[in-house]
Amino acid sequence: MSDKPKKSDKTEKAGKAEKRAAQAGQQRLSVFKTYKLYVGGKFPRSESGRVYEVTDSKGKWLANAPRASRKDARDAVVAARKAFGGWSGATAYNRGQVLYRVAEMLEGRKGQFVHEVADAEGLSRSGAAEQVEATIDRWVWYAGWTDKIAQVVGGGNPVAGPFFNLSTPEPTGVVTVLAPQESSFLGLVSVLAPVIATGNTAVVIASERSPLPALSLGEVLATSDLPGGVVNILTGGTAEIAAPLAAHQDVNAIDLAGADAALAKELEIAAADNLKRVVRPRPVDYFAPPGIERLTAFLETKTVWHPTGALGASGSSY
Amino acid sequence: MASPTASAFAYAPAPESRSVVDIAPSYGLFIDGEFTEAADGKVFKTVSPSTEEVLSEVARAGAEDVDRAVKAARRAFGKWSALPGSERAKYLFRIARIIQERSRELAVLETLDNGKPIKETRDADLPLVAAHFFYYAGWADKLDHAGFGTNPAPLGVAGQVIPWNFPLLMLAWKIAPALATGNTVVLKPAETTPLSALFFADICRQAGLPKGVVNILPGYGDTGAALVGHPDVNKVAFTGSTAVGRAIARQVAGTKKKVTLELGGKGANIVFDDAPIDQAVEGVVTGIFFNQGQVCCAGSRLLVQESIHDELLDSLKRRLSTLRLGDPLDKNTDIGAINSAEQLARITTLVERGEAEGAERWSPACELPSSGYWFAPTLFTNVTQAHTVARDEIFGPVLSVLTFRTPDEAVAKANNSQYGLSAGIWTEKGSRILAVANKLRAGVIWSNTFNKFDPTSPFGGYKESGYGREGGRHGLEAYLDV
Repeated sequence: MSDKPKKSDKTEKAGKAEKRAAQAGQQRLSVFKTYKLYVGGKFPRSESGRVYEVTDSKGKWLANAPRASRKDARDAVVAARKAFGGWSGATAYNRGQVLYRVAEMLEGRKGQFVHEVADAEGLSRSGAAEQVEATIDRWVWYAGWTDKIAQVVGGGNPVAGPFFNLSTPEPTGVVTVLAPQESSFLGLVSVLAPVIATGNTAVVIASERSPLPALSLGEVLATSDLPGGVVNILTGGTAEIAAPLAAHQDVNAIDLAGADAALAKELEIAAADNLKRVVRPRPVDYFAPPGIERLTAFLETKTVWHPTGALGASGSSY
Repeated sequence: MASPTASAFAYAPAPESRSVVDIAPSYGLFIDGEFTEAADGKVFKTVSPSTEEVLSEVARAGAEDVDRAVKAARRAFGKWSALPGSERAKYLFRIARIIQERSRELAVLETLDNGKPIKETRDADLPLVAAHFFYYAGWADKLDHAGFGTNPAPLGVAGQVIPWNFPLLMLAWKIAPALATGNTVVLKPAETTPLSALFFADICRQAGLPKGVVNILPGYGDTGAALVGHPDVNKVAFTGSTAVGRAIARQVAGTKKKVTLELGGKGANIVFDDAPIDQAVEGVVTGIFFNQGQVCCAGSRLLVQESIHDELLDSLKRRLSTLRLGDPLDKNTDIGAINSAEQLARITTLVERGEAEGAERWSPACELPSSGYWFAPTLFTNVTQAHTVARDEIFGPVLSVLTFRTPDEAVAKANNSQYGLSAGIWTEKGSRILAVANKLRAGVIWSNTFNKFDPTSPFGGYKESGYGREGGRHGLEAYLDV
């Protein structure tokens, strides 16, 4: 919060510019942004051509967000699968640097996100700033995990025989993430960052009511050296988009954070068809320091055996 | 094979005595420390698959019995979970020791009820069962150090459903970690192999285990479904087919039950051209004919590099001709009986489909006993990835042989499966082992070995082979509220 005075300076300056414009008898017309999906590193509109109205907490119109279709969902899975080999095969150090780069980019666009989060969640500027700062810090936290998680949850196993035996965590694959409905940015990042930190690729369904911070996050990811397709962001009706993803045979796991109890049950049943790993929704305080559960939820343990051989019966005392 | 022809491999019979086991004519359900009849009085017979002899009549648990057992486990949970870990540990150490003491009896019992060779129950199943209890016993008072935070809590009552292929070993995999972490259990053994679980109930009695901590409910699929669906069960652990695993995943949807599933597999055993042929052949044989191939992690797809295909197949066929099929109690027997008529029918159907689809079937000359359920070791060559025998889990002594030219092709073919449980790699080149192991999407990779198990080594699958791990530190997570 140390930079708060600066921020209000900026606000003041902006206000002065507007005042000058007003004095000159004209109001500068702001440039609206067409919010678009983020799929395969590109920014398509929904193939369906549909949009829906997004409003702030007081009902004021903010934007027309794309209403993604099941075809958009399937395209996103294709993009995520295509990206999986490269991203999961990248070194953990490299993934850590890319994630850290995301935090750097976010820091630079903080003002924009504070604005969007404030609108989306009906927060004061300072309340929104608190959310955004916690979000940036969360990226940094997960960026640091990429090359540590294997040492924490993997390791050698002392089997009773002449074998080298090593367990290593590997990413599950393509993960569908239903971002939390209420926490449009901090919640979103708290469920997305752990998925990709470990090498999975993600198809994210943004908060239905407050999708704009998620779509802007896509713009950040696109400029953070994150390979296209690692994160794909869809907006629209959560239930409509989630249904085909929960049933999709090329999706390996699903985080139901943004589903209510009835939808979660329905999606969990659909997910059973190819035995997706499922994280059920539960109350989470996204401000609290996270544990590693969301990292390990989308990891598989691979255990490799190899005979050790022997160097003769006598061995060596040294 | 077991035929008494005058070959260099003709052995005199060397049967293990079954007098070491005393099987009662009937058994009840084990609930709250007592053997009891089923509420509706239902029973079923368990037979020896090698002779079809009826071994015993066993009570068949219904929904009412499931409720009784879950209530008993719930009552026992408070005290059991509140015990100091060091005390729970001592119970488990006692159980491990009693299993070691009674291992000969249990090995013979398991061979009688399951049909697998005594060589395997004696040298693989029973030592691993004791080791598993011994390993998890030691965890009971060290859970704070297991990496799940300080003082991780047990879940409550665990409902566990196990298969017939390793009856007592699967029981150990389920019960040992559950008890070590402070849960109480209701376990349903498979309908074709209930006896060793009921003997285990007696071991619990000898160990002085508090009543209700372990409850054993023999029964069929309906018993399992009632257990999985019981509202007061906190944890479901299942080992068995992917189809049933799917049904369980649907059944628990929308509940708070924690689930681990260890399901089917179609393991690829990849042999590169530089592998030592004789060792690889032994590994391939172990991979698919261990326990008559009724192993979820069996190496049921042989991927052999094209350049050594003929040489390897010649060796393999020669080796298969020396396998002895017959009386499972005979210490020289390599291949025992198929576990049930139903399983035999399934194997037969899939093998017939393999032939119908154009794969080439081969078996060594092999005389099958006149009673019991038997299937000769079988190879399929000219198999493509589209063939049913290359895709579906057969769960029998049937090996499908495919070829590849490059490591990339081997990996692509190995991963071309809905399953992801096990794989094998045979090559003398270390870097190739590591590169291929890294790319295989499977939970257990055996390089230059196969079908090795250890209580410290996590086991479980990727994709539709299920989720969660059993064994090792990882195996604790399934039974802790983390």
